[in-house]
Amino acid sequence: MAFLPMTKLIVKNLFTRPVTERYPFVPKKYYPGTRGKVLIEVEKCIFCGICQRRCPTAAIGVSKEKKSWDIERMRCISCNLCVEVCPKKCLALDVKYSAAAGGLQKEEFHA
Amino acid sequence: MSGRTIIPFGPQHPVLPEPIHLDLVVEDEKVIEAIPRIGFIHRGLERLVEKKDFIDFVYVAERICGICSFIHGMTYCLAVEEVMKIEVPARAQYLRIVWSELSRIHSHLLWLGLTADAFGFESLFMQSWRLRELILDIIEETTGGRVIFGSAKVGGVRRDISAEKMQEIVKKLRSYQKEMDDIGKVFLGDLTVQHRLRGVGVLSTASAKALGAVGPMLRASGVSSDIRMMGYSSYGTLDFAPIVEQDADCYARCKVRIRELDQSVGLIESAASKMIDGPIDVKVTGTPNGEFFARSEQPRGEVIYYAKGNGTKFLQRMRVRTPTFANITPLLETLKGCQLADVPVIVLTIDPCISCAER
Amino acid sequence: MAQEIMDITLGELMDKARKYQAQGFRLVQICCTKLPDTLELQYSFDKEYDFKSLRLTLPDASTPVPSISGVYLPAFLYENEIHDLFGINVHGMAVDYKGHFYMTAIKTPFNQPAQAEEKKA
Repeated sequence: MAFLPMTKLIVKNLFTRPVTERYPFVPKKYYPGTRGKVLIEVEKCIFCGICQRRCPTAAIGVSKEKKSWDIERMRCISCNLCVEVCPKKCLALDVKYSAAAGGLQKEEFHA
Repeated sequence: MSGRTIIPFGPQHPVLPEPIHLDLVVEDEKVIEAIPRIGFIHRGLERLVEKKDFIDFVYVAERICGICSFIHGMTYCLAVEEVMKIEVPARAQYLRIVWSELSRIHSHLLWLGLTADAFGFESLFMQSWRLRELILDIIEETTGGRVIFGSAKVGGVRRDISAEKMQEIVKKLRSYQKEMDDIGKVFLGDLTVQHRLRGVGVLSTASAKALGAVGPMLRASGVSSDIRMMGYSSYGTLDFAPIVEQDADCYARCKVRIRELDQSVGLIESAASKMIDGPIDVKVTGTPNGEFFARSEQPRGEVIYYAKGNGTKFLQRMRVRTPTFANITPLLETLKGCQLADVPVIVLTIDPCISCAER
Repeated sequence: MAQEIMDITLGELMDKARKYQAQGFRLVQICCTKLPDTLELQYSFDKEYDFKSLRLTLPDASTPVPSISGVYLPAFLYENEIHDLFGINVHGMAVDYKGHFYMTAIKTPFNQPAQAEEKKA
């Protein structure tokens, strides 16, 4: 049986820098493939509504008459499905997450 | 003969990440019997399949559990692919192995941390989670999500890992393996840890079999059973054997999981060496018609996905039996006769994931 | 992955369960499926990766089904589950929660008549 096996970890810990990042002062690193929030180039959108039908959480709303596209950020699970099915490729996924908010809020885009 | 008292344990308890309620019948400090009660967070996800396209349902299936999400999504895909007779390309199958094993490593490290916390070894808990963070970084880099991978889909996978990246991951994992060894040594060698785990919560081989235990719980009781040996998703081409321990106590369950960390690194390495170039998905046409029980090995044990389609794009029934659900009855057996102070540790050794048990 | 699904009748259930138990099979799961006009129960067993399933068709939820928890103790969890979600009348369970296993807003949420669903939606 090893004698005090934790000692090695503790000593190592004493002489190394903290492994956590000092977040607000050091910005978070994102990977190029991180799935963050959905972005739209609303000028290119033809309001076909495929993203609305396919969205697993029904976060997206599309109106052909009003030419509007809206998303409830708190419902979105960033699964990337809308980006994949979009026929005009006007949707994209940002690497950054949406900002914290209180309650469900709709974000609307108009052409 | 002293009087018996019933002590309610949970659903809110400092040691429990998720709500399970146990009525502990105690005589002095000794637990005589435990009666479980779950059902506080039933979400009815199985029913959602009737309203969601079978291809889009992968994302819901993944969210049944926040820890073994990828294996949930993958097993759902296995069930649907078998019903629809889809042949998944070899590269996609190996990528699935890599991600499954990464999620096993991160889940076991999470469990080790929680257990250290349960027996009061705070700094060991932090060290385990520090390592888990490094694994999560690899996961985020390759799939885009930290715990919800979102990379499985019916007919293959959604993202590829380049050969250079794969080499880099294997190299990184090798160096983390040394650090995991250091932590493992503390879990297996430290006197205080042994004092809390050895001889606690013994589940005999016979009752483990009779009560339908799965996963590390079953393997720690001396039964060699691992669904990966069935060879789903190209596991059959890799060389490995189930990790079995004979002691059947909490210490043995801990040892199984620590040894599985090493095994998973080895599996990722050999999957990476066998990975051949090729497509990562096939086009899915048609609709599922038929039924199949898909099974796979999660960090917590065997998971069952039953898919039944009737030729429309909405499945008729999708049923999930998660490993925690199967491990509840063996847990009751291990609690019998233990000390009240050991209850939290024993409950944690089944790696309870109650939200996914209730779906 | 070979799988065997056998159709059985209500009377055979206990005998088959006892037979599997004697052969050393473990109970994997019990699952209920609601079909347009019948209900289907599947009892799955496994022994060393050999998977077998028994399919029992019920005309409606009120048909009494004997509990196999006397043979396989873990069955009581699954039976309480199908009792709470589908309203299947299982009798003789080792631990009977009497419909309080799952906390659901409505009773038997997985077995609602079609009209009631539409009204709610």
